[in-house]
Amino acid sequence: MTDNVSFKQLVAWLHEFGTLVNQNKSYLTELDSAIGDADHGANMARGMTSVLNLVDADGADGVGTLFKKAGMTLVSSVGGASGPLYGTFFMKFGTSTGAADQLTPEQLAAALRAGLDGVLARGKAELGDKTMVDAMVPAVEAMEKAFGEGESLAAGTAAAAEAARQGREATIEMLARKGRASYLGERSVGHQDPGATSTAYLFEALAASVDKA
Amino acid sequence: MKKLINEVDDVITDALKGIEASDENVRVDHQNRVILRATPKEKGKVALVSGGGSGHEPLHGGFVGLGMLDAACAGQMFTSPTPDQMQAATTAVDAGAGVLHIVKNYTGDVMNFEMAAEIAADEGVKVATVVVADDVAVQDSLYTAGRRGVGLTVLLEKIVGAAAEEGRDLDAVVAVANKVNEGGRSMGMALTSCTVPAAGKPTFDLPEDEMEIGIGIHGEPGRHREKIGSARDIAKQLVDPILHDLDYAGSDVIVMVNGMGATPLIELYLMYGEVKALLDEAGVTIARNLVGNYITSLDMAGCSVTLLKADEEILGLWDAPVKTAGLRWGL
Repeated sequence: MTDNVSFKQLVAWLHEFGTLVNQNKSYLTELDSAIGDADHGANMARGMTSVLNLVDADGADGVGTLFKKAGMTLVSSVGGASGPLYGTFFMKFGTSTGAADQLTPEQLAAALRAGLDGVLARGKAELGDKTMVDAMVPAVEAMEKAFGEGESLAAGTAAAAEAARQGREATIEMLARKGRASYLGERSVGHQDPGATSTAYLFEALAASVDKA
Repeated sequence: MKKLINEVDDVITDALKGIEASDENVRVDHQNRVILRATPKEKGKVALVSGGGSGHEPLHGGFVGLGMLDAACAGQMFTSPTPDQMQAATTAVDAGAGVLHIVKNYTGDVMNFEMAAEIAADEGVKVATVVVADDVAVQDSLYTAGRRGVGLTVLLEKIVGAAAEEGRDLDAVVAVANKVNEGGRSMGMALTSCTVPAAGKPTFDLPEDEMEIGIGIHGEPGRHREKIGSARDIAKQLVDPILHDLDYAGSDVIVMVNGMGATPLIELYLMYGEVKALLDEAGVTIARNLVGNYITSLDMAGCSVTLLKADEEILGLWDAPVKTAGLRWGL
């Protein structure tokens, strides 16, 4: 495989994710009103705005530093459960890539896997609990499978985005077992999980950024 | 949305300024959004740090002061504070005998305090944690994030605060916290939703003639809703699940009837009368009580009931002097 992810594309990923979160801020909050506490959109938008301020001011970092800083910023600006979870995701992503200035598809998949492992360890949620994990696990697995079969970077990230979208849809019928939605019991069924929704944006943003080259 | 605010984004910043201006016994670290005692505790005593989302006032900032907390971290509205805030609070109040983190059991709060405790431990501060989990509305705690921390947090901060003030060591303070946690249960209900300023509209719709039973303190919907009943019926719906969950018969208890923010005191007193009648009938003796708004949910109307088993030790600590904006006696 020849196509690598450039530093520029990774910065574009963060920008694209920030844009999607900001554009859908009210929608995320609306989803969270139904089964949570009506703050996911506002919290993620605030966090990503802080991250992007820092990224803009700080263009010369390697990939590892960029994502570790992004993660730290999310932890210290978001609060709630999303802060530690997305923060841990980006920090572990950055630890995995090290000081690289571009990533091979395999390095990208490995970094996403490291981020996912961090989220699982911090949040202790399992597949099917109606959380962000239900979008993130299928996305990472789809990408690993695509690259394993020699697919291109664009195809692998598109497969991940599609798997995340399907994972997000699947949360609608799930009974929540983690987070505030779990307090609703049966009443959580029929609502789409806000965390899985923002995670689907994360992978949609990645596919779009890679596509832009 | 009608609220006494300037800008939606400035609600907490502006409120912290007001808290600092109104209470000479506290000071505020505005950068970290931490409320601290104006006069720190003596060296060698265990310090208590709590915190949580804003919107529950007087919890937690109103309980900073002699006999209760040493510091409280204010998060965004209904959103856990962040590890850097907690770390700043922990370092600021450590008097050499260790710090107890009092955490309400919510996924975000637990994770953020966990990260803060990891950082503090790396810096050599001895940190212990108690996670308050008293809400009997959460029935199947094996398949949920566990019981929520609600009203018992107020009683725990008072009682454990007194134990720390007496100079008990960290292990002994933790033991008192665990004892309170084991003997306390709560149940709440809402007559209306609340409106988070950033959302601008009520978190959930509740028709004029319906109520929500088993709510938490964040405007999250409860377990079920039904046609509104009399205060007597509602008191029964709150007290019964508590008595069913833990055997209080023959015990002395501390009872709190707590308002969710928009319920007049006259209704809370009325509810207390109903709760007392039910407890009398069940053979439960009320040793102390607290009626008022202590752990609120912005402008939600409704109330919660908390019961705590109170032996001689607990009552002694309850009666010990306290001087905070939210609770003040014995001085």
